[in-house]
Amino acid sequence: MSDHTQDAATIDLLFRLADDELMMGHRNAEWTGVGPVLEEDIAFSSMAQDELGHAFAYYTVLHEHLGQDNPDTLAFRREAADFRNARLTALPRSDWAAAVMRQFLYDAAEQVRLEHYSSHPFAPLAQLARKFRGEEKYHLMHGKSWVMRLGSATEDSRARLQAALEALWPHALGLFEPGQGGEDAGASEAALCAGWLAQVCPLLVSSSLQVPAERTAKGQWQSRVAAVYGRYAEPAPERVALLDAMQKVYRLDPNADW
Amino acid sequence: MTLMNPLVRPVITDDDGRSEDEKLVTFEARVAAGEKIEPTDWMPDRYRQQLIRMVQNHGNSEIVGALPEREWIPHAPTFKRKLALTAKVQDEVGHAQLLYRVVETLGKPREVIIEELLNGTAKYSNVFNYPPETWADVGIIAWLIDAAAIIRQMLLREGSYGPYSRALKRICYEESFHLKHGHDICVTLATGTQFQRDMLQDALNRWWNPIVGFFGPPDRASVHTDELMRWRVKLKTNDAIRQQFFDQYVPRIWELGLSIPDPELRKDDESGRWLYTEPDWEEFKRVIKGHGPCNAERIAVRRLAHEEGEWVRRALAAAANDQAVPVQ
Repeated sequence: MSDHTQDAATIDLLFRLADDELMMGHRNAEWTGVGPVLEEDIAFSSMAQDELGHAFAYYTVLHEHLGQDNPDTLAFRREAADFRNARLTALPRSDWAAAVMRQFLYDAAEQVRLEHYSSHPFAPLAQLARKFRGEEKYHLMHGKSWVMRLGSATEDSRARLQAALEALWPHALGLFEPGQGGEDAGASEAALCAGWLAQVCPLLVSSSLQVPAERTAKGQWQSRVAAVYGRYAEPAPERVALLDAMQKVYRLDPNADW
Repeated sequence: MTLMNPLVRPVITDDDGRSEDEKLVTFEARVAAGEKIEPTDWMPDRYRQQLIRMVQNHGNSEIVGALPEREWIPHAPTFKRKLALTAKVQDEVGHAQLLYRVVETLGKPREVIIEELLNGTAKYSNVFNYPPETWADVGIIAWLIDAAAIIRQMLLREGSYGPYSRALKRICYEESFHLKHGHDICVTLATGTQFQRDMLQDALNRWWNPIVGFFGPPDRASVHTDELMRWRVKLKTNDAIRQQFFDQYVPRIWELGLSIPDPELRKDDESGRWLYTEPDWEEFKRVIKGHGPCNAERIAVRRLAHEEGEWVRRALAAAANDQAVPVQ
């Protein structure tokens, strides 16, 4: 692969990582001030800040190493069609079960991904992956403990969690949409997805939930439902709505200092 | 599990059979000597009730005060602003949690505190009943309302009730970052484009009166002040704190090239006091009673969050009971 193609794949990968984190951070911050208990309000705000911080770091690498605009311009001025987030990350805030389930499915994917990227040939990415792995570990612990608690607490909480799982599952699979910049040097999306299924399925099952996946003869998990892809498609309405809100003030005067 | 702390009123350990009058003498002597009163100490009932009212109001102001600013988190225009604003609102919620704990040490559990906020029997700072209309409002709120709050809380920190005083130490520390964040937004807008400067001036015009009112009605209208000062529940009068705010912040507002929408505002050389136009205190009372521009909306948002979280809290309680297996 030529350097040029390699760069395109890396740029594409970093945009996917950064845009996912930005959208998750934005959506999670929507719980700030209105969580079901004060303590969770605070926890979701913390995770939102971590995610926004990670997005900023990825954009900074794109800016400093790969010739892209500065982070604020990338986040607050880019057109919806140029974003590369998976649909899961931009879906509007609904109930707490969906918030917890999204966080769990997403953080498990992050963990698998960051594990692989810790030895990525592109050194700035490998460095960030090693750094973020530690923080994401706590997000995942938080998500896991909520899934386990709500899955077994009351019939109502289990039913809500099950509904959230079914609604979010195809979108979560969409996190592993193959990149358009060519297959990444770190790991194939299919391999990452297999690693993710092996992580999340047993925990969901042990939390009294019905997983839309089954085990093959070889003992691997396979989804029974198709993924919803959306990174490169016509921008989904939730991405457009999120960006309208996020870029509103900046766009009052994109040349001003805010 | 600490989430739903069922509070038993603290046991008073120095209940030694002395008369109420004798206890009051000891209590007042301790306060006068600068000692802190702790939850297990005897305290006059009026002291307890006044503190509950005050700290509960403060906690409510943090949780309701988080609402106008959280509306702007999705619109914060740069990474730096989005992160700082999210952290700020998170801090406010953390302060509410901390302050509700203080109220619990005085005998009122969190569930009751929240219920009283939702049914309108408990109050919160009036200033949060006004709408934040533009991004510049976020700067003015974080700078000037937090500045006003810091001035008041730095004084209260020296108050006599130990748990409140200690909570305020942390709160003041965190508020000082909010103030910097707010000031930074205001400086950026004040030194920006004409559009940005106009936006900031407009925000100040709308927020000035609510901010002057933030310190409460003038002393002549305030009841019980003497006793509260003697018990170090109040440290300075409303008017004295308002004067301190003018002293510290009016020059800084002018420094940014802003004009304050009060033609009477000036420092009187002779008395050293600021002269200003009194806010319309009748209007102030009307807003406190629930008829301000945002009272209904603020409580509605809190109620909705509370109702939507109901099943979660039930599930948490069930999960907690489940885990409470006796040790074999």
